[in-house]
Amino acid sequence: MINSNNFILMGAMNTKNLQVSPFSLVLAASLVLVAVLISQWQKLGLTKDLLVAAIRAVIQLTIVGFILKYIFRINNAWLTGLMILFIIFNAAYNAHKRAAGIPKSFPISLIAIFTATILSLVILVVTGAVKFIPSQTIPITGMIAGQAMVADGLAYRSLNSSFHDRREQVLEKLALGANVKQASEGIIRDSIKNGMAPSIDSVKTMGIVNLPGMMSGLMFAGVDPLQAVEYQIMTVFMILATTSLSAFIAVYLAYKQFYNDRDQLVRD
Amino acid sequence: MGTILQLDHVSYTADKSQILSDISFSVAEQEYLTISGPSGSGKSTLLRVISSLITQTSGTVNFKGKSSLDYDPTEYRRHVSYCFQQPQLFGNTVKDNLTFPFEIRNQPFDQKKATDSLQYVGLSAGDLDKNINALSGGEKQRVALIRNVLFPPDILLADEVTAGLDDTSKEIVHKLLKHLNQDRKMTLISVTHDDSEIRDAAKLYNIVAGKLEVPTNDQQQ
Repeated sequence: MINSNNFILMGAMNTKNLQVSPFSLVLAASLVLVAVLISQWQKLGLTKDLLVAAIRAVIQLTIVGFILKYIFRINNAWLTGLMILFIIFNAAYNAHKRAAGIPKSFPISLIAIFTATILSLVILVVTGAVKFIPSQTIPITGMIAGQAMVADGLAYRSLNSSFHDRREQVLEKLALGANVKQASEGIIRDSIKNGMAPSIDSVKTMGIVNLPGMMSGLMFAGVDPLQAVEYQIMTVFMILATTSLSAFIAVYLAYKQFYNDRDQLVRD
Repeated sequence: MGTILQLDHVSYTADKSQILSDISFSVAEQEYLTISGPSGSGKSTLLRVISSLITQTSGTVNFKGKSSLDYDPTEYRRHVSYCFQQPQLFGNTVKDNLTFPFEIRNQPFDQKKATDSLQYVGLSAGDLDKNINALSGGEKQRVALIRNVLFPPDILLADEVTAGLDDTSKEIVHKLLKHLNQDRKMTLISVTHDDSEIRDAAKLYNIVAGKLEVPTNDQQQ
């Protein structure tokens, strides 16, 4: 997940080793053909998806590249803030799409991701770990909001499946006189855990199984590995805080959507 | 005895199909009402409406002279308690289930009250720590019933609580229901298929295709 942010902070780094010419990119595109050939050969039916995905990635990244270049050059606090809000909005929209019909999932995602992202960002800026300049805050926001988005999406999926599978149990608890929170307690706990679990797992294996994105990007740009590790440790703290806070807020706001105003279970 | 529960023209429609149709009846305090009827006739839906787990599409359910919709739902369900057909037990042990009614009321667990109840239904104090998967169907049903009445409700809605039980368990459950009704002055509405319960019913209603059939005097026992 973090790999999408491989090139984070590179703008400030030594880039003499980084010379990807448009021509070498075109040659690299032949790698997509490998995937297409496998799809054709194995009749996976993914050829169209692969080509669309590759073309979309090129277009989206190119546009983002130009926008970021402009924002980095202007270095205006308002514009940076606007970009941060744009990233949070997009993350919330994507988390909402994974909510499979949970009512109000967009505003809930927005509140959860906004709170978790801004809180982490403020702590990072106040402690001096990150400077409030676009080349640092924008990529960091992308990483935090992206993690929160994944955590919330998984938490929503867990809420949906748990309320479906444990419907009778929830009804029985309500019938015994439990309020909606008491009737949902186990589901709330499991859903927050499920939202956070992949982040914790990825953090646990960091450096052993995967060289995380932030660190890889910095080393790619020629930064000393120990310095890269320092930044990576910072992102570990950031990821743990963000995913837990965002999943917590999202689940606590979303579970109530499974009930109506008479505390009756309305979704399964 | 005054009326504790009054249903007026209660109907319930779900997904365009009418499950309950224009049901009206009243239940007096400490009455023991038995409701029978074929499977799928709407008996469980009726109990769910009365316990406010679902709301009727039209009509009113009055509890102690006030519409069920005017009560706080949680508070209401502590007074009008619904025991499910084939109930699911929570957690791992019998104790997990018997602590639940205390937990939701923020009260400390009264172990003596729990073990006394267990003993009344033929289980022992030692069963408190028994794993729920080690219980027979009849034992599970008895634990579930105790869970409903540790804090005695005004009305207990028993949904086929003897269905599929062996004779011993059935007898114990019947004894408990009678005890709750006669000694603890609990109003009971029991939905059943059980012949002996129907035969012994003090007051019997039938539900057929969502409609209540109030028996004529000579049918009424």
